[in-house]
Amino acid sequence: MPDRVVIETKDLVKHFKTRHGEVTAVRNLTLQVRRGETYGLIGPDGAGKTTTTRVILGLLTRTAGESRILGYDSMRDPYEIRERVGYIAQQFALPRDLTVMENMRFFADVQGVTSAQQAQRIPELLGFAGLTEFTDRLAGQLSGGMKKKLALACSLIHEPQVLMLDEPTLGVDPVSRREFWNLLGNLRAEKGVTIFVCTPYMDEAERCNWVGLIYEGELVAHDSPDVVKTMVPGRLLAFAPSPFAPARHAVGELNGVLEVQTYGTMLHVFVDDLERRRREIERALEAQGIDWHGMREIEPRMEEAFISLIRRRRGAAVRERGEHG
Amino acid sequence: MDEHPIVVEHLTKTFGDFVAVDDVSFYVNRGEVYGWLGPNGAGKTTTIRMMLGLLVPTSGQATVLGFDAATEAKKMQAHVGYMSQRFTLYNDLTARENIRFYGQAYGLSRRELRTRQEEILEMAGLVGREETLTANLSGGWKQRLALGCAIVHHPDVIFLDEPTAGVDPISRREFWDLIYGMAEEGVTILVTTHYMDEAELCQRVGFLSRGRLIALDTPDQLKNTQMRGQVLEINVDDPDRAMRLLKSVQAEGLMPFDEVAMYGAQIHAVVPDAEASIPQVRAHLERADVKVESVEWIAPTLEDVFISAVNPDASVA
Repeated sequence: MPDRVVIETKDLVKHFKTRHGEVTAVRNLTLQVRRGETYGLIGPDGAGKTTTTRVILGLLTRTAGESRILGYDSMRDPYEIRERVGYIAQQFALPRDLTVMENMRFFADVQGVTSAQQAQRIPELLGFAGLTEFTDRLAGQLSGGMKKKLALACSLIHEPQVLMLDEPTLGVDPVSRREFWNLLGNLRAEKGVTIFVCTPYMDEAERCNWVGLIYEGELVAHDSPDVVKTMVPGRLLAFAPSPFAPARHAVGELNGVLEVQTYGTMLHVFVDDLERRRREIERALEAQGIDWHGMREIEPRMEEAFISLIRRRRGAAVRERGEHG
Repeated sequence: MDEHPIVVEHLTKTFGDFVAVDDVSFYVNRGEVYGWLGPNGAGKTTTIRMMLGLLVPTSGQATVLGFDAATEAKKMQAHVGYMSQRFTLYNDLTARENIRFYGQAYGLSRRELRTRQEEILEMAGLVGREETLTANLSGGWKQRLALGCAIVHHPDVIFLDEPTAGVDPISRREFWDLIYGMAEEGVTILVTTHYMDEAELCQRVGFLSRGRLIALDTPDQLKNTQMRGQVLEINVDDPDRAMRLLKSVQAEGLMPFDEVAMYGAQIHAVVPDAEASIPQVRAHLERADVKVESVEWIAPTLEDVFISAVNPDASVA
């Protein structure tokens, strides 16, 4: 394993036994996270993000394949991993009846951080997380965003080289979400910490320099956000037709139309040749007496790319179900 | 009344000294999809509860479909649907049984319910899964079933409180197709959300902050009018080092950055004047031997605009 690779899985498989038989949560998943990178494992609920994270951390046993952090095997070296990795679980709960300071001390003690180290690190981390003024507040009385920041500060108390965060911004409002990601950015720039984040929010991919898109336990893409966004077919035309349903139908039938996605009142149409197909679409709409406005080319975002990748994977099944989405 | 199924005038709610909703006024057009964006504690849920007639306003009035929500709640509720983030479906009932349950609760006759349940199953794409236990439906299905249950009584106005948290993007699009399908039929929809892309899908969006409605317009117009400052996108060979440099430039007050933040391999900086700042940013970085590939003035996202609007004085982290 090259030194620059900090987190690595190879053909990772995880089965769970349930009452209804075996469920495969992770399928042959291969990924690498390099030093200093912010890696986003992005996918909807139930895609396998949490299971993957917990297997890498050694909190769940893997069924097959390999997984390592900093060269330590997830299953054989859990203590080495725990010393060097910070982790915030999705359902983390800080003791509510301890103050911010008491929480910090508690986590420091658990991680075996000496008193001298604590005296130096705790004020530093509270400053970093913007919690200095709230040192004496009970954790139970912090806002949702502040709780997440406290959890982040606690997870950094043993100065880990790697930070693994499972949906850290879930249920957090947009302002706190922005603040949290800015903190992660500062952490990366100032301390070079390698950050692995699971998230269902497609737009958080913009805050990562590498993303893995995960769906039904498989990685459907693994690249820089800019490259993933180009994994759509052709170029993307957007416009708002009225009436909507006949327009969607008419456009879907045309030659050179590779894919049609709906976006509220807008149609997103992927075409092979922008100028040519644009004229043909306009003609087809006119012929049917359909109005439209705002026709323009737009850049696909992570969400459009993800939808396109999933759909190609689902392929036939989606078509059978009647052209939803 | 028909033009504006929701009219809210000077609505205020105080709890002791705390002003949860502060003189909020707006209206929603018939068939409009109206979105609400606000941090936690901004007063979104309190306002919805007053509009639903579940909470009496301290002053002001919410009128829904011509009914005063405070005094005519019962009559109004028969024409209103509500789906909350934690929607309640019975996991041990099948999809069809859930629809029947809600239909009966809303007082539909047996005959109405017979046709209506087929319509809902069709609309929600649940044909073929009618007899599946709700517990065994995946997130997207469940969510469409919850919507179906919330509209079983043909409401004219629907309130959706963070309806699509956690579902996959395809299911989310399917859900929005349903929303717009109903809007085209004249149903009026008010949605609260934390997702910026969801807000972008609404025809008009209100920003709520500390109980006040601070902006209300189409997403495009909000980007034109509500952004204080302009966004620069900075591409360099070593973004981590460039970030440290720009942070110290900010700390020393050498440049008026509202915000400097890492965006993957790029840095975004919010400045009062993009054109004037571009050469300055370049100069600061090049003086420290950072290789600058580009510094570009980019359009703000709705999130940039929202952050700027709700944080009038403070810069972000």
